[in-house]
Order: sequence, then structure tokens, then C-alpha cells
Amino acid sequence: MRLSNRISKIIGILVGLLLLAALFAASNTLGYTDTTWRTVYKAYWQFNGSNEHLIIRDLRLPRALTAILVGAALAVSGAVMQALTRNKLASPGVLGVNAGAVFFVVIGLTAGWAGTQSELIWLAFVGAAVSLVCVLIISSIGAEGITPFKLTLAGLTIGALFSSFSSALLVSSERALESVLFWMAGSVEGRNLKQVLAVMPFLAGGLGVSFFLGRPLNVAVVGDDMAKGLGQNTLLLKLWALLLTALLAGSSVAIAGPIGFVGLVIPHIARWLVGLDYRWILPYCALLGGTLLCAADIGARFIVFPKEVPVGVMTALIGAPFFIYLARREIRHQ
Amino acid sequence: MLFEKRAAWIILGLGIGLLALAIISIGSGTLYISPVRTLAVLLGSGDPSDTTVIMKFRLPRLLLAAMAGMALALAGAILQGVIRNPLASPEIIGINSGASMVVVMFLALFSDVVSLYWLPAFAFAGAISTVCIIYFAAWKNGTSPLRMVLIGFGVTALLEAAKTLFLIFGPIWRTSQAQIWMTGSVYGANWSEVGALAPWLVCLIPLLFVLLRWLNIQVLGDELPVVLGARVQLQRLFLIGTAAALSGSAVAFVGGIGFIGLMAPHISRKLVGGSQGPLLICSALIGALLLVAADLCGRMLLPPRDIPAGVFTAVLGAPFLLILLIQINRRRS
Repeated sequence: MRLSNRISKIIGILVGLLLLAALFAASNTLGYTDTTWRTVYKAYWQFNGSNEHLIIRDLRLPRALTAILVGAALAVSGAVMQALTRNKLASPGVLGVNAGAVFFVVIGLTAGWAGTQSELIWLAFVGAAVSLVCVLIISSIGAEGITPFKLTLAGLTIGALFSSFSSALLVSSERALESVLFWMAGSVEGRNLKQVLAVMPFLAGGLGVSFFLGRPLNVAVVGDDMAKGLGQNTLLLKLWALLLTALLAGSSVAIAGPIGFVGLVIPHIARWLVGLDYRWILPYCALLGGTLLCAADIGARFIVFPKEVPVGVMTALIGAPFFIYLARREIRHQ
Repeated sequence: MLFEKRAAWIILGLGIGLLALAIISIGSGTLYISPVRTLAVLLGSGDPSDTTVIMKFRLPRLLLAAMAGMALALAGAILQGVIRNPLASPEIIGINSGASMVVVMFLALFSDVVSLYWLPAFAFAGAISTVCIIYFAAWKNGTSPLRMVLIGFGVTALLEAAKTLFLIFGPIWRTSQAQIWMTGSVYGANWSEVGALAPWLVCLIPLLFVLLRWLNIQVLGDELPVVLGARVQLQRLFLIGTAAALSGSAVAFVGGIGFIGLMAPHISRKLVGGSQGPLLICSALIGALLLVAADLCGRMLLPPRDIPAGVFTAVLGAPFLLILLIQINRRRS
């Protein structure tokens, strides 16, 4: 635990906010079109309709906002999942939540039901909730209840199931495939401000509510029996946590596609920094998640310059090795 | 006696069923050929036009589907025994992802230069290397099934990311081509593919029966086999390697068909019980049945469109999973 007293934790948050602001500015400035800090400043305060200003306001601003919000949402969602399942390797990707949300959105797109962004959000939310519930039910069958092994296997299987359904649907329509391909890799690019504003209430609202979960989660992670003994309504809490994770993960998928490993890796970093108090872990997750995704997005613009890589690919390239390292460390030989 | 009587009858029944389905499948398609005429062709004295259709297109396709189904089912049976969990299947240890990433890479980079004939070899190489990587990444004083599954997930994610990179930077029709391959299809099978897959099965399946005793022991867990004098880790390596070779070769030819490795062992366990000998034979037959049936559906559902067989196996997977859970639940309570 690096930050052991309250002052240092508060300072940590301030530093994080500063870093986030700097990255936001950087995200506005860097990219294929050459711009400088001055251009960005002018684009906001002295807008004159030039190409660069348009790019900054209509492309980069929504993009940076999306990256920050989605990163925060995914990280918090992952932290809550890890607390809920008492499994340090749980995350929206591992538990098949991303795949479920993607599947429902693909259904909506290929069947032509859903057009607007908010319809897609609801579809994604439902998909996320459905797959999470399925995974929890499947892994709880049997005498030992939910063990990490069963949870992981159930999550992976359900995830594989939904992915293959999505693939099967996309086989039938080349046009649909083309439009979703980039999104399915996880991308914050190409969203306009309207779409982002449509998602923002869900993401920001979810994040806000989640910070109130901090204290109850502290009690819940100790164990069901202890929590009940201390007077907590565990069922209600679990329900809230479930809905919240599904909302955060689902809305993220709706706007940015399935981005993996943010929800897995960030909670570990947050726990390393501030220990096991969820009142601090959740805000730190939000900050770190937003920072990471924003930085990954900036990186995605330059790694194969001048082409762009979907940010989901970046997070996989960074996150997967870390995850493998974690899996090696956490799982003892049985 | 290796088999009990009941298992032997069931296996016989399945074999006959497979033959019957095969004959129907050969006869079905845009040009319908009645079973009698099909038999005539197979016995060598059929109508010339029937013979062309059957010998050139349908028979190789059927054989490929049956062999791939067998290979996938056997791989699944092995993995469920070694990982000791009913949800284990070849997809989980990264075989499909490894193969599809290499396929996509091949299509994006080499398909203009190297003929498509080499595609299966690449896919197989991709599958095997992925399993090796996962196995060695998971090795830490031995392997634990959970660690292998988790690391499989991590490596799969890396491969998917790499695959996406290749997909995005190629033209859309290549992506479509790759997408169809990844869903899994027996479309366009020919004799050279059958001839390429057959040797693998001819070698691996007898090997599997030699390793049968090891598999029976692996199912018992980690401590008991050691007590019984078995070299657990070495045997596990061999068994997983065999499973990887089996499913890798199948995937190389038919693409990423999923869930056969999951479903076939379960169905056969219900029919013939858990002793690995009958279980393997039964799984192989059921796997072949499943894939042949899926392919048949794909051809007959919306003629003349040919829906990839992988779509059907995926669609079957869901209700199957549910039924599986109900069974597990009933068994425990």
C-alpha cells in the first residue's frame, strides 16, 4: 500500500485530476492533423470555423470525453465486480458482460430495430445484465456455490457463446459487418458530441451512485454471514451492485464497443495504491481508468502512424500481459 | 472386457445412425439424390451424373465434416477429463483464437503470394503454437487448470487484438472471408483436404487409446494420481498436446466451429457413463453426427444459400448449456 494516510490519498486524487486534465488537453492537441496548444485554446474560446478548430471541437473533444468517461466507468464496474464476486480476476471481459452487450447491440443493428444512440444503450445495458445474471446463476449451481474457477469458466463460456452468436449474425451481412467491425474492436473514435451527451447521463450517473457503494462494499467483502450479522441487507446490495455494473459496462460498450482489461487491471492498481477501503478504491479507479484510456487513445493514434488502431487493441496489448502476470501470481498450484 | 454390453449396443446404434445420416446428407442438396441411388453410386454402379456430384462434392464434404467432428469431440473429451470441469472445451485453451489469428494474418499478408492450399497448415501451426504458449505461460511448478484457463483467456485476448489489427487493415471482402472462416464451415471441401486431415486422425486416434489409462487417472484429480504412482504433469502435457493436435487439425480445415468439443462428451457421458474408453468412442461418433447434421441443416435451410455449419453449432450451444445445467443441478440435489 503506497498511500497510507488520508492526506496522501487526497493529494493522490488531486494529482490524478491534474494528470487527467493534462491528458485531456493532450488528446485535443495530438493526432493526425498537426495542431498546437494555441490552436486548441483558440478552438474553444475564439472559434472561427477553420478545419483545425472543427476537428478539435467535433472530433477530438467528444473522443477525449468518451475515453475518460468510459475508462472510469469500466474501471469502477470491474472493481465492483471484483468485490461482488470476491474474485480478483473478475472483469466485464472475463465474465462475458462485454460479449453479451455486444450481442444485443448486434441484434439491434442487423434487425434494424435500433437506430439512435440511446436505443443502443438500452440494448447494451440489457445484454450486459442478462449475461451477468446468466454467469452468476451458472456458476452458483452445485454444492460449493460460486468458486472463482466456476465463475471464470462460466464467464468465458457465456462470453464465447455470445461472441459466436454475434459472429453468426454478422456472417449474414457484409454491410453490417463493415459498420460494426471497428466498434467491435473497442473504439472511442468517430463519436460525435450528440452521441456522447446521450450516454453521459448514464455513465456519470452510474459513477456518482457507485461512490455511495463504497461503505456498503467494505462490509460486504468480508463475507455474507458477517455482513448480515452486521445488519446489512446483502440481497439488496448485491442487486444494486449488479445493476450498477451492468449499467456502467453496458453503456460503455454501447458507445465504445467492448474494451477489455481496463476493468480488470485498474482495480488492482487502485488497491495497490490505497489499500482495501472501497470508499477510496472506487474514486481512484474512476480517475485511473479515465487516465489510462485517454492515454491509450492517444497512443492508438501514433502507434502505426498515420493509420489508427482501435483503442481496444491497445488496452489488450497492454493489459493482457499484465493479466497473465497476475494470473500466474494469484493462482497457487492447487 | 473394456466395454460393458450396454455401451457396446449404444455405440453400434450411433454408428448405424451416423451411416444413415451420412447417406441422407450425401443425397441432399440443390440436386436431390434418393438414398437408393446414393447407395448405388457408393457401391460403384450408379448414374454418371449422380456419381460426379457425389464423388466430387458431397462425399469429401461429408467425410471432412465427420472427421472434423470426431476430432473436435475427442479433443473436448480429453480436456474435460484433464481440466476436470464440465465447461472445458478446446475453445477455452485458445485453439480457435490461435488458428484464426494466423488465418487472418495469412489472408491479409500472404494470400496474394502463397496459394490458399497452405491455409490449413498455417492454421494448424497457429493452433499448436498458441497451446504451447499458454501451457508454458501457465507452468509454475506444474499446471493448475484454473491458471491455464485464465492465461488462455489472456493469450486469447492478445491474439484477438492482433487479429483485429490485421482485419482492419485489409479490404472488407477479406474480412468477410475471414469472418466466414472463423464461424466455421465445411463449404467447398475437396479430396485434398480430406487427404490432408485423414493422416492426423489415423495417427492421433490410436495414440489416444494408448493414452487412455492416463486419462482415466487424470480424472481423479491431482493428489490421488501421484499417490498411485502416475507422473501427473508429464501425462497432462501429453494429453493436452493430443487434444491440441486433434482440434488444431480440425480447425485448420473447417474453421472455428465451436461447441462440438463441449457438447459431444456430455451427451456421450449421459449415454455410456464415465469410463474413458466407451466415452471417447461415443464422443467421436456424436461429434461426427453433430457436425454432419449441422452441415446438412446449413445446406437445406435456405437453399441455395449455404449457411456455415458453425452457425448451427453455436445456436445449438445455448439450449444445450441450459439443459446441461439442469442436469448438473438435478444430479447434485
